[in-house]
Amino acid sequence: MVDIEQANAKAVERMMEARPVLVGVAKAIEVIPGMHPNLLLHAGPPVTWDRMAGPVKGAVFGALIFEGKAKNAEEAEALVQAGKVEFAPCHHHDAVGPMAGVISPSMMVYIVENKTHGNRAYSGLNEGRGKVLRMGAYSPEVIAKMQWMNEVLGPVLDSAIKEGDGVDIRTLLAKALHMGDDGHNRLDAASLQYTNILAPNIVRVTKEKNTAAEIIRFLGDNALSILNPVMAGCKTMTLAGHNVEGSTIVTVMARNGTDFGIRVSGLGDQWFTGPAGHVKALYFPGFTDKDANPDIGDSTITETAGIGGFAMAAAPAIVTFISGTPKDAINTTLDMYEITFAEHKYFTIPQLDFRGTPTGIDIRKVVEKGMLPRVNTGVAHKDPGIGQVGAGVVTPPMNIFEDALVAFAEKYGF
Amino acid sequence: MASIKVEIRSGAYYDSAFLMQLQRSLATLPGVQDAGVIMGTEANKELLAHIDLLPAEAESAKPDDLIIVVRAETETGAIEALSKVDELINRRKSTSSQEHRPQSLETAVQELPEAEWVLVSVAGRYAAGVTRQALRLNKHVFLFSDNVSVDEEIELKQISSEKGLLVMGPDCGTAIIRGVGLGFANKVRLGPIGVVAAAGTGLQQVTSHIHQLGSGITYGIGTGGRDLSEKVGAVTFLQGIDVLSRDPETRVIVLVSKPPAPKVAEKVLEVARRAGKPVVVNFIGRTPAARQVDNLTFAGSLDDAAEQAVKIANQGTPVAEESKVKIDRFAPGQRYLRGLFSGGTLAYEAQFILQDYLPRVFANAPLNKENRLPNSLVSQEHTIVDLGEDEFTVGRLHPMMDNELRIRRLLEEAADPQVAVIMLDVVLGYGSHPDPAGELGPAIAKARKLAEAAGRYLEVVAVVTGTDEDPQTLDHQIEQLKAAGAWVHPSNETVVRYAGRILQALNQPKEQPEAAATTPVALATLQGTLIAINVGLESFAENLTAQGTPVIQVDWRPPAGGNERLMSILEKMKK
Repeated sequence: MVDIEQANAKAVERMMEARPVLVGVAKAIEVIPGMHPNLLLHAGPPVTWDRMAGPVKGAVFGALIFEGKAKNAEEAEALVQAGKVEFAPCHHHDAVGPMAGVISPSMMVYIVENKTHGNRAYSGLNEGRGKVLRMGAYSPEVIAKMQWMNEVLGPVLDSAIKEGDGVDIRTLLAKALHMGDDGHNRLDAASLQYTNILAPNIVRVTKEKNTAAEIIRFLGDNALSILNPVMAGCKTMTLAGHNVEGSTIVTVMARNGTDFGIRVSGLGDQWFTGPAGHVKALYFPGFTDKDANPDIGDSTITETAGIGGFAMAAAPAIVTFISGTPKDAINTTLDMYEITFAEHKYFTIPQLDFRGTPTGIDIRKVVEKGMLPRVNTGVAHKDPGIGQVGAGVVTPPMNIFEDALVAFAEKYGF
Repeated sequence: MASIKVEIRSGAYYDSAFLMQLQRSLATLPGVQDAGVIMGTEANKELLAHIDLLPAEAESAKPDDLIIVVRAETETGAIEALSKVDELINRRKSTSSQEHRPQSLETAVQELPEAEWVLVSVAGRYAAGVTRQALRLNKHVFLFSDNVSVDEEIELKQISSEKGLLVMGPDCGTAIIRGVGLGFANKVRLGPIGVVAAAGTGLQQVTSHIHQLGSGITYGIGTGGRDLSEKVGAVTFLQGIDVLSRDPETRVIVLVSKPPAPKVAEKVLEVARRAGKPVVVNFIGRTPAARQVDNLTFAGSLDDAAEQAVKIANQGTPVAEESKVKIDRFAPGQRYLRGLFSGGTLAYEAQFILQDYLPRVFANAPLNKENRLPNSLVSQEHTIVDLGEDEFTVGRLHPMMDNELRIRRLLEEAADPQVAVIMLDVVLGYGSHPDPAGELGPAIAKARKLAEAAGRYLEVVAVVTGTDEDPQTLDHQIEQLKAAGAWVHPSNETVVRYAGRILQALNQPKEQPEAAATTPVALATLQGTLIAINVGLESFAENLTAQGTPVIQVDWRPPAGGNERLMSILEKMKK
């Protein structure tokens, strides 16, 4: 009989020992394994067009327009209907995308390399808040920003990153947790650190002073600048812990706006899926929960790696999302210790006497205790083309952990 | 027209006390006429139906489903009331003094690692699982829950005795640990008396009465009513006696139970006899054979038990005799008694007293017929022969006058390699032999030498009946017998009990399988300040808090929402 404890110890140890470093920026088609001209990647588990959520469809339209394959949404939809576009989850290609998570072949993506185990993961460049492609918006100004990011921002970032020794994501996150970030929804401190690290290099590698200033301001203004490299970093960590025989640790949690899916270390590449939940959120003025799309995005890779909602105690300011008190933030983290295998060696929480964050979701504990992982997330409008409408908290459906446990029992003979 | 609205929450578990509170809060909302908040068991559904609160959609609710049903004056009122449920649940949580409630025992133990005790009062079918987990975490368990199967009890107690932990229960209502009451318990002062009880209210009655009599309690250890059954074998009861026998603060031990299975009673009394302290026994409803046996005092009622215990504790009476006997000088195989009596009544009384020690004693003049010796000339197993019986005195003098027959038989018995103890009576006075010890003494010495030469040790014990004014003089007789190596006393009972203890010890099975796997409970885990983790009824945690005891309440829910298949997978994974 397989030794689950030992397997989990190994999986979580590998997750924690992974040291993701941001090493560059390149076009998706040049670096992402298996990317090809007709392929669009999206967040979450696999989903067909007929079941695809509004924000993902909107991002697909935007991506096809951005790629020059369609002039507008109608043409884009016609292409899809004609079977000219292939879809695959980012996770099938070692990539992760926030919200809709759409990555098209020409898009610039961050390359993050795990220096301990050598594996890489990829994620797009963050557009900032508001009307953005990842939230399903695809208006001309959205596409224009994408183009600027691709043509101006991307190449400069690549040079700036390579000008130094890259950006050590694990160290940056560990510091950010001590500065009030949770590593998912609140990345203010991490994004400023990131800007601070790159700024001198950006100046050095940019010919135009104004361009350098524009880029630095863009990075510094966007409190989520670092979100995508963080997600790719978390992906390299959880990937390092994946495929450990006999391990019950969750290595992927991802949503496509329709389904919530997980993968488990000891169960290979099988997805366990259930309906994506309704986010308990605060809404931007003019929007209500009637406008909200169900839970969406690959950003739950942060919780999978032991930060985000799991490190909420480090980020008391986040509780404004749920009209709670700082005590609620601490209790959320304390609750997550109930369903995780270990406490993180490198990510610690000052408010809890520098206790390591709850790391390595164990499907056994989730099922036994009936306690679900806590996720902090943004909320996209349910219709294509509109964008973000709020932010809040959500949990996965219980059945996916139960199904995974049953599959595990069948595979390993329990 | 009143409106009934129902909500079914599947897999939502709350303890019944909490549900009652919630129900009360719902019922007091404006416009609400009646409310029911209850788990969907058949009995509960009947209850709801009875008060006309079981709409069709609630009829199919399962035992793991929480039924929340409201009858209000209007439909809106009913819907509104239902919408308040979460608020009411959360309100309760936020008013709790405990800032964060762990959701599991493991986490509670991490938060309060000093806790030595876990109180378990969850629904019976989950109780064994929680207890197993507590034992895994090396905690003593107060197991209040009932409806735990006897097989589970046996398994749990096997684990606990291997690990040196106590499982008090299942269905244990009461315990007192150094002045702190667990479950239902009275406020009893600390004192020199320790109680082990397989009866909850029995424990309450005895400890309360001890308190009323001005004394107090070290520990009141509950065992659950089934502990003294033959199947369970008194695991917790025996651990309790052992703990109290080693506890320096406990001077008197009280044992309370309904009459145990006979085999179990024998085992319990045997352990009690070796406790090295006075033990007061009350097997409710059972008439004891004697009031006093060595260190044991048999009480006729709960109050009598309390009174005897307090009396002994106040006297500070030491244990009457050294209750430990040396048996290692005997050779393997030596285990039987042979009593060679001249006095019929003494032989008869010896048989009576030996019932406390030996399962069966053969005799030519037996207490009851089935123990009759088939051939009076040939001893078998434990045997008491009255040589003054008619069959021996035909054509011969009574053995009180003529020692010849007895000496011959003595040497015969001494040659039997299975014989360990030979008992003689020596009756003095007018009419008796002028110097019986003068003849018996050398014979005893010879018999003992004979055994010694064969590599054995022979214990010869003798009762001497007489006075210092008798012609043979008591002291002189005793001296001669002692000089020959005999253990001598003028009390028949004392001699018989001395022999009985030796023989009982010699006839104990050498390797007691369950005893082999037992680890003694570490006293240190009981002596410190009581700190506990409570899983189940919140009132138990509140009671502990009221007694100044640190306690963590676990926000416990049934594993895997009560799903049997998932529970069984999880349990297999833990092995």
